[in-house]
Amino acid sequence: MEQLEYEFDGAGSLRQSGPAVLVGVVSSGNLEVLVESAELGGRGRVVVNTSVRGFGEIWQAVLTDFAGRHNLANLLISINDAGATPAVVSLRLDQAAEEFYRGEP
Amino acid sequence: MTTTSCGTAGQSYYEANALKRITSLLDPGSFHEIIRPEEKISSPHLRILGQPCSFNDGIIVGAGRLAGKKVLIAGQEGGFMGGAVGEVHGAKLTGLLQRATEEGPDGVLLLLESGGVRLHEANAGLIAVSEIIRSVLAARVAGVPVIGLIGGVYGCFGGMGIVARCCNALIISEEGRMGLSGPEVIETTMGVEEFDASDRALVWRTVGGKHRYLIGEVQRLVDDDVAAFRAAAIELLNDPRPLSLEELQKEHGMLSDRLKSCSSAYDAIDIWHTMGIAEPETLPLLDTAAFHKAVQHVYRGAA
Repeated sequence: MEQLEYEFDGAGSLRQSGPAVLVGVVSSGNLEVLVESAELGGRGRVVVNTSVRGFGEIWQAVLTDFAGRHNLANLLISINDAGATPAVVSLRLDQAAEEFYRGEP
Repeated sequence: MTTTSCGTAGQSYYEANALKRITSLLDPGSFHEIIRPEEKISSPHLRILGQPCSFNDGIIVGAGRLAGKKVLIAGQEGGFMGGAVGEVHGAKLTGLLQRATEEGPDGVLLLLESGGVRLHEANAGLIAVSEIIRSVLAARVAGVPVIGLIGGVYGCFGGMGIVARCCNALIISEEGRMGLSGPEVIETTMGVEEFDASDRALVWRTVGGKHRYLIGEVQRLVDDDVAAFRAAAIELLNDPRPLSLEELQKEHGMLSDRLKSCSSAYDAIDIWHTMGIAEPETLPLLDTAAFHKAVQHVYRGAA
């Protein structure tokens, strides 16, 4: 197992108080993504627990792309990964963000 | 996203994950999760072993309504370690059942999908299963019906197979499988001559929904459709059998009759033949409606 942490600048201070959202399942080649509001001074934090060591740079690239598509201000994103490919990770992240924002009033 | 427009009609139970099953089974918008994933209560054992954890430890528990009735509900997530029962997973299920005993809801629905005990957690998993069994029976004694639903990818085996048979009633689809030792376990321990787990037809006609229904272990055989599971669950909640000595004796009678009448059978087809089904070898090919028609003259009902 390897734990990785990343931080991203959020764009402005959007009100992000939706209920937490969990998508995906921790099964082989898949992952679960938990999105929740947190007081992070306008930044976004991603914590990854992955079964595959040594892919920190790939995670950084995939998450930077994701942070470019969505505003992560004051969001804590926690990931349990069981060896998902970068494409699967991207899709799950988008699904999680979409469901989180849909839940927001 | 396409499912939004078609609603729950035609939603496959087999393909849905635990949360999807729960939310499309219950009255819309009525589900409230207990111990939500953001509490991050996951397995302490898996972490020590360097295995990936899940924020819900492979089970979702909560409360909701089914046709207006107040129910507690649990759904095992087969995708996470085959729905196997670890310490936290088991404690969530036991806690839900104890809550049922205290609060007396109209029923408990267990969406079972599990290979049994999570071997990584060894004794903690075994103890968890015994606690679940005890709490299912306690809920039943308290007059709360416990209904099991089986139709997931991984079936319902091992300790959870025992839990299933402790419920008031079970609903299964043709795709659902139930038993104690699963096909691979039997093959590994007894040899491929005893049971060939790669023979899909053999697996399904031995542990599959149709056979479990015919030999009197489940009360309803339904299509692989969440709406069909929902309709059957509503029916069974309206007709709960109490846990009594008479019911137990009836069940033991059924089991001893079955042992007598099936002791020389080599295959499920022999049993169906003995039961008086005209063309038993055709049963696996029939859809649920045609199957019910073909067996209604011999089906005696589950004990």
